[in-house]
Amino acid sequence: MIEITDQPIDVLKVIKAASLHEAGAINTFIGTVRNQTSGKKVLRLEFEAYEPMAISEIRKIADQANETWNLLSYTVSHRVGVLLPGDIAVVIAVATPHRKASFEACQFMIDSLKQTVPIWKREFFEDGDQWVSAHP
Amino acid sequence: MKVKVKTFGISRDILGGREVIVAVEGQSVGDLRKTLSNQFPALDKLNSLFIAVNQNYAGDEVTLSETDEIALIPPVSGG
Repeated sequence: MIEITDQPIDVLKVIKAASLHEAGAINTFIGTVRNQTSGKKVLRLEFEAYEPMAISEIRKIADQANETWNLLSYTVSHRVGVLLPGDIAVVIAVATPHRKASFEACQFMIDSLKQTVPIWKREFFEDGDQWVSAHP
Repeated sequence: MKVKVKTFGISRDILGGREVIVAVEGQSVGDLRKTLSNQFPALDKLNSLFIAVNQNYAGDEVTLSETDEIALIPPVSGG
């Protein structure tokens, strides 16, 4: 299951959606909003997605992971909208028969998501804002 | 040719709208890139700028049609 949602992510629901009796491991990554960037206090973040393409790019990543690690199941849920420090921005759960593959596949999926999936983060500080990674 | 371009993230701030009609001199993604770069020099300052056609990343050689769904993909920062 892949979803882009403007509602708070229910971590247990994401994990349960990836659960299968064949699994010996479900590795879960939870990405949260940090309260500072390079020492500057972050007041809030705004995420936006090009939703249909984001979903298809996440699917490509999962397909690639599946070729390498043979996933039993996976779930990716990404938040959009306004988030505050401590809020959950993304949850990835990967189920495999044994734990090593679940760690590796989960790391691959979050690393790839950050590189290719069309989702953007704007940080708001006390004295302004910036689109993350936009400029050198 | 005229194409409708969806904008996201910082590219929306630079082009000034969620969807912008662009008169492209030429037919390809590369031609669109050149046209945009001339009209909106601030795009050249970005770390990267990809163009998606029908929800797939497209290389400069790809030919555009007026009915394509075209989107600007500035540096992504999800996760």
